[in-house]
Amino acid sequence: MENIGALSLILAFCLAIYSVLGSLYGKWASNRFLIISAERAVYAIWLLTTGASAMLVYALLTGDFRIAYVASVTNTAMPTIYKFTAWWGGQEGSLLLWVWILATYSAVVIFQNRRKFREMMPYVVAILMVTQAFFLCLITIPMSPFDVVAIGKEILTPPDGRGLNPLLQYWTMAIHPPTLYLGYVGFIVPFAFAFASMITRQPGDAWIHTTRRWTLVTWLFQSAGILLGAGWAYSVLGWGGYWAWDPVENASFLPWLTATAFLHSVMMQEKKGMMKVWNMALVAATYLLCIFGTFLTRSGVVSSVHAFAEGPIGRYFAVFLAAEIAIVVYLILARLDYLKSEQPLESVLSRESSFMFNNLILLASCFSILWGTMFPVISEAITDEKISVGVEFFNKVNIPIGLFLLFLTGVGPLIAWRRSSLDSLKKAFLWPTVGMFLTIVILLGTGVRSIYALMSFGLCVFVTWTILSEFFKGSMAIAAKSGQNLIAAMVELTHRNTRRYGGYIVHMGIVIMFIGFTGSAFNQDTFVDVNKGESFALGKYKLTLKDIQDGQNTNYAYSRATIDVKEGDQSLGSLQPEVRLYMLDSDQPQKSSVVAIRRKLNEDLYVNLEGAVDQSGKQSIRAFIFPLVSWIWIGFWVLFVGNIICLIPSKVKMQFAKTQMIGMVETNAPVTQ
Amino acid sequence: MPKNLKFGLLITVILGTLSWLAYQGINDTSTYFKTVTELKAMGDTAHTKRLRMQGYVVGDVERNGKDVSFTMRFDQDTIKVKYIGTGPLPDTLRPEADAVADGKLGPDGVFLASTVQAKCASKYEAKPGEYKPTAASPRS
Repeated sequence: MENIGALSLILAFCLAIYSVLGSLYGKWASNRFLIISAERAVYAIWLLTTGASAMLVYALLTGDFRIAYVASVTNTAMPTIYKFTAWWGGQEGSLLLWVWILATYSAVVIFQNRRKFREMMPYVVAILMVTQAFFLCLITIPMSPFDVVAIGKEILTPPDGRGLNPLLQYWTMAIHPPTLYLGYVGFIVPFAFAFASMITRQPGDAWIHTTRRWTLVTWLFQSAGILLGAGWAYSVLGWGGYWAWDPVENASFLPWLTATAFLHSVMMQEKKGMMKVWNMALVAATYLLCIFGTFLTRSGVVSSVHAFAEGPIGRYFAVFLAAEIAIVVYLILARLDYLKSEQPLESVLSRESSFMFNNLILLASCFSILWGTMFPVISEAITDEKISVGVEFFNKVNIPIGLFLLFLTGVGPLIAWRRSSLDSLKKAFLWPTVGMFLTIVILLGTGVRSIYALMSFGLCVFVTWTILSEFFKGSMAIAAKSGQNLIAAMVELTHRNTRRYGGYIVHMGIVIMFIGFTGSAFNQDTFVDVNKGESFALGKYKLTLKDIQDGQNTNYAYSRATIDVKEGDQSLGSLQPEVRLYMLDSDQPQKSSVVAIRRKLNEDLYVNLEGAVDQSGKQSIRAFIFPLVSWIWIGFWVLFVGNIICLIPSKVKMQFAKTQMIGMVETNAPVTQ
Repeated sequence: MPKNLKFGLLITVILGTLSWLAYQGINDTSTYFKTVTELKAMGDTAHTKRLRMQGYVVGDVERNGKDVSFTMRFDQDTIKVKYIGTGPLPDTLRPEADAVADGKLGPDGVFLASTVQAKCASKYEAKPGEYKPTAASPRS
């Protein structure tokens, strides 16, 4: 079976190459037959990779340990669900997942556009399939998931595998990689359309409308993927952090930053025909950073403790990336005349300028993170010394950037297009500003001294105020006209212009997340060794170790503590952190802690049992208070809802065109609904 | 003021501030990557720099109350590491784990680590050729 799996991947690779050459040559020779056949090849690739994936999953589920990959990520003791998720538990399998997602996306794109965009589709196909061919090449030559364990000429059948790392046996980790990949891989589609449109010099910006949903959906997947990773780190790793500026985390964050910048600046092109070169650069940067992110996590180029084993695939990536960057730069330079802006920037106080600053700041953040992540590589190349920068570097640069972005989130949507007068600004921002300073004064009064925390909370109030006032103004007007109540009017308002109000809700989600991030300025922790029956204090809580229970199942042995929590005299129930020993390898069980968290809106109480100190039964316990952390996850759900609203067609079509394009050259760009 | 000048000034101020912050951040947090072997070869300069030391754990991790110490090794060189940090040590820190310790070299030649990371979750992979089929039987 492994031979059929490997063979289908090789076939898929050949077909991808064929598809690239077929569409390019077909386009050049105006051979419709070749172009169609290249598109059909994409469907065939989907069938082949689906077959290969199914075979790998079958091997994982049935425990076919002859296959090296299966033996390295599963064992017989694991629950079935994790045997399935082991598909992406290791390098080869996760690359296969990457390939399969791209194959699926490509097939969908080609099916959706089978009668549209005949001019540029060959290039879309070629761009998608070049990427596909590259990844297929990786899993056919250096990293095949179907390699068998062999010594000499004998194929070995080990009785059991090594098993999936226990840290990965957790629900968010089970879905984090595919979610992130759905986001990463999906961004190839807007990139392909943008460049195909530029290469063929399509009039208008049809590609923006066609790919708007792709962009939004993949952005949502990227956001969800990053947050799942953060949630996993928080609930599993035992130190309560959700973000450590680790190269792998940065790798997932970089394309998100450029994608966010792109989402904003593409509106400028859609509505005003500006920033065209910039958008091409952003969409390409996002695509390249997605590839680069995969490279960073796979190649071991930056020594991160997270990174996958140093694979031989680094060189492949380096060559592929270098070639793509060269092509992208060349194409943009060759099409500068086509990308000329239709409008100049008019004023510093304008919506356009706030978009520009939003982009500048996002890119600065992206650049600083890239620089910080690659600093060991850069310094080694220049000074021959491998030097890394610490977490403080990233915080120092990115906290001010975050706050400035938060500020723009409040200001941007309220400033008029083209130019704004100081008077109108005063009218729009007077009360939010008052609210902001009032908050800061109150917080100062309650003893908060952290400057960033003060600014952050102040700005959160400021932005929330501006967003709410937008909703109120609009829905009051509707309520007055139609006699609906305010809530119904608000729904009506949102439905009339889902893009605008959905966008506000996404902004609100970000604000709520910032509240959660800021809570980290007030973390408390303690580390104690206690016997059964002993108590210790943390903040306002009193914790008592009531009991320790030992037990075992087929997958692991555990000891579970029962810790009573009291606040004053009031009992708040008990927490049961666990420490597990996984029997992956009989001589060396692997220890893994399962923390217990009491999640509340104001703060989380987080208890990590580190295990027995010595033979006497004394236990090491680490406990933390994390204020406001829950708001990060709540903020994500708000963002999620807002994003979904953005995807719902507006009830009133062309509304922005009526209200906001006054004084502009009429462009007949269709608004897709 | 002309429009372009305004934009130019604003952009310069923003990027200038950020570059200054970045420069400071780099200066304050530069950490030199060294393997145990390279660290030994540094001589006295090793005492003045922030270091990130790479190696693997040999022998048991000794826990004595809150004091944790272990030995790291790279090629033929070994060094004693004393953990002085406050955060929890990773569960993956165990004999033979690849480890990275951040900290300083103490005057007595013991490495004082403020954080220790050990080969982590997603890195849990066999190196090529590492798979030891000791318990395996050849397929007949």
